[in-house]
Amino acid sequence: MKRVYLDHAATTPVDPEVAEAMSRVLTQTHGNPSSVYAEGRSARALVDQARAEVAQALGADESEIVFTSGGTEADNLALRGTFVARKADGDGIVTTAIEHHAVLDTAHDLAERHRARLTVLPVDAHGRVTAADVERVLDERTVLVSVMHGNNEIGTLQPIAEIGLVCRSRAISFHTDAVQTVGAVPFDVATIPVDLVSVNAHKFYGPKGVGALYIRKGTRIATVQTGGGQERGRRTGTENVAGIVGLGVAMRLAQDRRGTESRRQAALRDRIVQGVRTRIPDAILTGHPTERLPNNASFCFPGTQGEALVVSLDLAGFAGSSGSACTSGNTEPSHVIIALGLDRATAQGSLRLTVGRETTEADVDALLEALPPIVARLRSISAVPA
Amino acid sequence: MSREAGEGRQGSTEYSAACIDHFTAPRNVGAVDAPDGSGSDANPSCGDRTTITLRVREGRVVEARFRTFGCTAAIASASALTELAGGQTVADAQRLSPSDVLRVLGGLPPRKEACALMAVGALRAALLDAKVKA
Repeated sequence: MKRVYLDHAATTPVDPEVAEAMSRVLTQTHGNPSSVYAEGRSARALVDQARAEVAQALGADESEIVFTSGGTEADNLALRGTFVARKADGDGIVTTAIEHHAVLDTAHDLAERHRARLTVLPVDAHGRVTAADVERVLDERTVLVSVMHGNNEIGTLQPIAEIGLVCRSRAISFHTDAVQTVGAVPFDVATIPVDLVSVNAHKFYGPKGVGALYIRKGTRIATVQTGGGQERGRRTGTENVAGIVGLGVAMRLAQDRRGTESRRQAALRDRIVQGVRTRIPDAILTGHPTERLPNNASFCFPGTQGEALVVSLDLAGFAGSSGSACTSGNTEPSHVIIALGLDRATAQGSLRLTVGRETTEADVDALLEALPPIVARLRSISAVPA
Repeated sequence: MSREAGEGRQGSTEYSAACIDHFTAPRNVGAVDAPDGSGSDANPSCGDRTTITLRVREGRVVEARFRTFGCTAAIASASALTELAGGQTVADAQRLSPSDVLRVLGGLPPRKEACALMAVGALRAALLDAKVKA
């Protein structure tokens, strides 16, 4: 059976050009970038080139890019590093209710174990916060605001430029988790007043296990792990050379293709949204109607449960996902869907479909054929009228 | 919810063929007309719920039907259990346990066993209701 992969927000397939570049590194460059002899220098050159590619794509200086093991580590470094480095300035951290767990759980950990004063802002029914919402809760002891750029579950984009301005005027460090947006929507640190940006290669057709944190020049941040002092002491540990090269190539390709590809994917996304609304009239589109990631179509189908939707789609040849993990007896519904104000039963029926570079119109049309009978069948079992 | 895949996706491969069969072609979906017994059980943490309705004649379950709002395992468990209960004496039906459901389904993924328990809870509640009404 032909598989149709519609979970690009979870991860993307590695671009062949990326895989080829990585394979070249693994087979031809074995040096440690910290070594001074020829083998080390050639590894260093590869890391430097990747750093230049990442910096260029973000409008940043090379010295502002720190490679990490992925988005989660970048988020941890941003939050923990800022909190430690700015202890003398204050203890207040502000974030939102729909952050990825890498931010939300880290912020809660800082509150519970390190006495940070944590404010978690609610979002509106579309998953948005405004700069005014953020400004209202800031005080003279706030040191860090972290608001994600594009939400991984519902695709909502936050007004990070406006939020960044508010933070800058008060000398508060501003972090954004841009794991879902870099590569998908324009992101230029010259125009967005943000101090820290988390990036993750496998969300834009690069390898898993490598990411980066952009740290604006002059931003105070402490290291989280100790060791040999790589990455100018900000993220110590021998560099993942092949992964970093993969990140660089993937970033360059994403930058080159973004214009046409984002338009194409947005058209597919809209085809899903319109098709679902026509065929399943009581489907609830989750996230913002217009301010959303170009590849994200997410819904709640009242009377269905997310895991049963995902398994049914899987059996029909489609990969999608649900915020309702339900892998254990005590799984909570998605904190993101709940934050939108939907009741728990409705939130259970969430489904996220995210298109990508290889998705075609025919794939979308096949999905639109397959999905309505699945929803109807699950409703007939649960007895919630369609 | 685990991270990023917090977005929780479980492939069908984690379920046995028997379980997938009960999920895709569930037995005894619906409600018995004017039931002799009716009972529900819910898993408050995940929001899943199963209701079982029974027709009882001369101490024997002659018809058992279910409705489930829930995951693959919850639906398959209720389907398997209503199949097991049909034709049994009330006393035997009362002794049906999660392990009987797991046997029919060829097991469930480790952390899904609460789903079998929910089906059994609904059946026992329905049997008790029938006893009270009788």
